[in-house]
Amino acid sequence: MKKKISDHLFEVCNIGFLALIGLATLFPIYYTVVLSFMDPTEYYQGKLTLFPSKWTMEAYRYLLSTRTFIDALSVSGFLATVGTLLSLTVTSGLSYMLSRKRLRFRRPLMFLILLTILFQPGLIPSYFVVRELGLLDSVWSLIIPSLTGGWYVLLMKGFYDSIPDSLEEAARIDGCNEIGVWFKIILPLSLPAMVAFGLFYAVGYWNTFFSAVMYINDHTKWPLQVILRNMLTDPTSAMSGNGLQQLREGAKKMPSETLKMAAVVVTTLPIMLVYPFLQKHFAKGAMVGSVKE
Amino acid sequence: MNTKDGNASVPILEAHTTKRSLHRGVWSDLKRDKYLYVLGLPGIIYFLLFKYIPFSGLIIAFENYSPYLGILKSQWVGFEHFQRFFSNDDFYLLLRNTLAISLLNLLFFFPFPIILSLLLNEVRNSVYKRVIQSIVYIPHFFSWVIIAGLTYLMLSQSEGLVNELLEVLGMAKIGFLTNSNSFWMMLTAQSMWKEAGWGTIIFLAAIAGVDPQLSEAATVDGAGRFRKMWHITLPAIRNIIMILLILQLGSIMDTGFEQVYLMTNGAVSEVSDVFDTYVYRSGIQQGQFSYSTAVGLFKSVVGVALICMANFLAKRFGQEGVF
Repeated sequence: MKKKISDHLFEVCNIGFLALIGLATLFPIYYTVVLSFMDPTEYYQGKLTLFPSKWTMEAYRYLLSTRTFIDALSVSGFLATVGTLLSLTVTSGLSYMLSRKRLRFRRPLMFLILLTILFQPGLIPSYFVVRELGLLDSVWSLIIPSLTGGWYVLLMKGFYDSIPDSLEEAARIDGCNEIGVWFKIILPLSLPAMVAFGLFYAVGYWNTFFSAVMYINDHTKWPLQVILRNMLTDPTSAMSGNGLQQLREGAKKMPSETLKMAAVVVTTLPIMLVYPFLQKHFAKGAMVGSVKE
Repeated sequence: MNTKDGNASVPILEAHTTKRSLHRGVWSDLKRDKYLYVLGLPGIIYFLLFKYIPFSGLIIAFENYSPYLGILKSQWVGFEHFQRFFSNDDFYLLLRNTLAISLLNLLFFFPFPIILSLLLNEVRNSVYKRVIQSIVYIPHFFSWVIIAGLTYLMLSQSEGLVNELLEVLGMAKIGFLTNSNSFWMMLTAQSMWKEAGWGTIIFLAAIAGVDPQLSEAATVDGAGRFRKMWHITLPAIRNIIMILLILQLGSIMDTGFEQVYLMTNGAVSEVSDVFDTYVYRSGIQQGQFSYSTAVGLFKSVVGVALICMANFLAKRFGQEGVF
């Protein structure tokens, strides 16, 4: 069949348009990387440079030598590992329980969990709970209040629904109790789902920002995102008096822009590293990401 | 009726769970599944602590909460805080900003992933399609702090790349981030950059489920590319569009807290203040706990009402709805 000219034209325009979208997505990321590696002398010439003639790691070397940045890195790393593990434990336990049809009070429990998606009491009552639990100014305030959520439980339960009861029964007849069934049968079966959920949890914890602004005053316990925000928005006012003097001193020697962009790159790097793995689990992730708690 | 599920899987227990001994039946069921409850317990405690106990904290919206007296002993004032809020000029400002940001989102941000997935679906070369997809999904995983950083890098008045370009071209610099006229549009553009690509996944998945025979049959009948898009591809994703639209309508009151909080500055505070930032400022920063809880409660109630309304309307028009 012969193609019409308009068809060809559409195809060319479509490919061109999508290329533009792709470019618009990639360019800011590319420019950030370029700036972070740029030599100060070249930066101060004030010309637009899309490809620096001299690459230097100076900004990174400096950034990673500051106490503030290392502290923040370790806090964020802690959140992304310990937080993720705890979240997986809590979410999978509850989801599995709710997926067993023989369970008493299953429907009311499901309903109560669905309700929390629909209606959220708001910022202040949640803040009160965190305060009453004595979690203010503790790293745990960034993990415990966001351990799981209605959507996560719902999605993971959807996965467990596909594991038949009969499998469990067989194991129980062989003398396994529920806990044994859980570890020997359910967990290995759900490993792919766990990896997917784990990756999304890890990204969520790594990106923790606002709860830290709300719950944490002690600057040594700030995660990376808060430090980055302070560096980005107003390097002078935000850094003074917040234990960030060290960074400010460095900013004198180096263009603050270069330093900022190096910080952006370091903060983004882990995400870019797990991105190929995330990509494998997009179908589940699209639903997880659609509503953020 | 409670025993039916139990009988299906463990018939041995049937004798215990007759109508006469229902009470004992519940007990033995609970005992039988005790390990199951142990597995679920941390999650149940979580939901009680962080999703249900906060409900009781809502009481302070109707009190003059004092930290010294506590929630139970503080003075009861009824709807005073709500009255104060509605008679306050701030209320109209917040409502205007929230509605404006949500409306722009609905107009530009919402349809964009649909268009993008329709276009992606038309790409013949599967490698090219996959490359573009992989690229546009990336920003979804960036935190708002990073998005804010990239925005400064591109749009700031003194050092932003776009402004440097304008200067090279001999034009005047534009304060994208400090101009209150363009602030809402800037937020929409940010949201589009971050989430539009990601938004295509759910549509592309639905499109992939369409029987290719439909398309072939339409071609034989002489349908062109656009007619096929209109009569085959779009109907396939109509339900999902509807569901997402309901969710979007239900979240009109949510305007991306972190985003607004990060992008706001003195020059644009008039147009950037929304319910969430207002609650945070008056509550956590200024300590007006009762007043800000009232504002937050108002926001939540309107949100639930909106989502129920949108769901009802969708069902009315013969769509599936969310619940």
